[in-house]
Amino acid sequence: MKVHEHQAKEIFRKYGLPVPEGYPAFTVKEAVEIAERFGKFPLVVKAQIHAGGRGKAGGVKVVKSIDELENYVSSILGKKLATFQTGPEGLPVSRVYIEEATNIDKEYYVSITLDRSKSKLVLMASAEGGMEIEEVAAKNPDAIIKVEIDPFLGLKSYQAREVALQLGFTGKLINKVASVLLKLYEVYIKEDASLVEINPLVLTKEGNIVVLDAKVDFDDNALYRHPEIMEMEDPTQESELEVEAKKYNLNYIKLDGNIACMVNGAGLAMATMDTIKLAGGEPANFLDVGGSANAEQIANAFKIILSDPNVKAIFINIFGGILRCDRLAEGIIKASEEVKPHVPIVVRMEGTNVELGKKMLNESGLNLITADTMWEGALKAVEVANKQ
Amino acid sequence: MAVLVNKDTKVIVQGITGREGSFHATQCKAYGTQVVGGVTPGKGGQEVEGIPVFNSVQEAVKNTGADCSLIFVPPPFAADAIVEAADNGIKTIICITEGIPVNDMIPVKNYLKTYYPDTVLIGPNCPGVITPEEAKIGIMPGHIFKRGKVGIVSRSGTLTYEAAYQLTQRGIGQSTAVGIGGDPVPGTVFADVLKWFQDDPETEAIVLIGEIGGTAEEEAAEFIKEYVNKPVIAYIAGVTAPPGKRMGHAGAIISGGKGTADEKYRALENAGAITVKNPSIIGETVEKALKGEL
Repeated sequence: MKVHEHQAKEIFRKYGLPVPEGYPAFTVKEAVEIAERFGKFPLVVKAQIHAGGRGKAGGVKVVKSIDELENYVSSILGKKLATFQTGPEGLPVSRVYIEEATNIDKEYYVSITLDRSKSKLVLMASAEGGMEIEEVAAKNPDAIIKVEIDPFLGLKSYQAREVALQLGFTGKLINKVASVLLKLYEVYIKEDASLVEINPLVLTKEGNIVVLDAKVDFDDNALYRHPEIMEMEDPTQESELEVEAKKYNLNYIKLDGNIACMVNGAGLAMATMDTIKLAGGEPANFLDVGGSANAEQIANAFKIILSDPNVKAIFINIFGGILRCDRLAEGIIKASEEVKPHVPIVVRMEGTNVELGKKMLNESGLNLITADTMWEGALKAVEVANKQ
Repeated sequence: MAVLVNKDTKVIVQGITGREGSFHATQCKAYGTQVVGGVTPGKGGQEVEGIPVFNSVQEAVKNTGADCSLIFVPPPFAADAIVEAADNGIKTIICITEGIPVNDMIPVKNYLKTYYPDTVLIGPNCPGVITPEEAKIGIMPGHIFKRGKVGIVSRSGTLTYEAAYQLTQRGIGQSTAVGIGGDPVPGTVFADVLKWFQDDPETEAIVLIGEIGGTAEEEAAEFIKEYVNKPVIAYIAGVTAPPGKRMGHAGAIISGGKGTADEKYRALENAGAITVKNPSIIGETVEKALKGEL
């Protein structure tokens, strides 16, 4: 799960990380009130969306007066902001973050995440902060310091100090920076993050260390033990259909094509999308109904894919293992009674109770096109979608 | 021969009294697997379809001589269940549970590697392992498998079924099929299973099914280059997956431009694997490879 910068900073503050004073505003009025409370300028206004690259896209502005603040906030609040990470459509700015200005002397990058090939956490740091770390990694991989974290001991103080030294810090700053790294590690572990990132970590002209931008991604599997983080979710950052799908425990991701697919299993769902593309079509979504879906979940999944206006055909591809084909058929029939499907449906079913499932669908009176293989199903779906 | 599990493997099921646990324990037993016991703390002394339930793995091992455990324990307790199995001498641990927090799995995986280097953990979040006509230790539908000479290793459950079914339909059987699971911290990786298949005299060809995210397929390619001379037929799911979107599996995400299907295909091709872009022709391709036509 992703959270906004202001939420990440709120968490960082709890752990004693040096975050500049700042507050979120959901309306122009709130923004003005916050500025008045600060009683000083300049202030920095930052659009809050679940993506990076905001600065270059015009989502961050230094303002020097109430007027300027009011104008800027009204120009971005409620609008969509597109960055290189969001795609051309952009994400809605549901709130802004207003922060005291920082006198930047030098910028650094630090993050902690899982190194999957080692099954250990890795601390990464670079003196080339502010830039996208992927860019640094591509252009100058030696500029990234990597420290493997022992899973039994955790990040050791000496390791944090060594990173500070390698970043070029001297004197008292060594311990200050090391303390930032150790606290960042504490956030990662205690909050069950999958990524914590400070980009940039700033050395100010006054000689202080400041967390200027903060990012935390959380492990969805661990959210059950962090109810306060679950509450931070911002549904405006996801498509309406994705939010709806989550309610029913369905893995749904909206895509740009016109052939909807409904599949069991993440791998097979991706394979189905790939097959549609190979057959000359474009998938409208990724949808994994899971291994233990019941008829009701199938029905809800069916409704969700049908409510995407771009959809011109549906391809149902199920390999019945734990999910039995008859249960799937029952769900499709149930859903079709509630929402009349307005587009052709291609079904390919295989595996447990396939005969019963096929029989139920054949007797349902629904207008279905059947296929024996994934490839045949994809070809047929593309053909009927093109005719629509 | 086959790999990892066979008709002599004695299995206990941790979490046997749960809905999934009892259903699949029964299914595995019906397939012919030696399911010798189950574990649910506090329910020792009960039976599930004639399978005795014990309070702990220790008790279960003492009474049954089990050497393999199949885990259905819910996510908050599953990491603990894996360690319990390892600490009590279980050599093959197969964890089906989906949704274990990554921070729980990191120390567990490293603990096994450090203290029990000979213990194998398959999964979590996987369909399990099947050696057709001998032992089914997992949740896969047994009837689509047939004994033969092709090894399957896969990060995806339903794609394992898809591949196995295509082979079976062509009369080509499988030596063993191993689902290593879709989590970011898997107990076993492609390279481990490739080594078993390479060393198994019964296996003549290997089907490798990967997906986007991580670098496990690239590491598999390195291993193939060095060690494997049997034909490897590889398919990678997720060519069309957009970056930054998690495709169901906790591990299936393209992030920071890394983990794309194209990169993985390239690495595997460079290592001499036969790659398949259309998942519907996996069976056909294996058949040709076995005939030496590729």
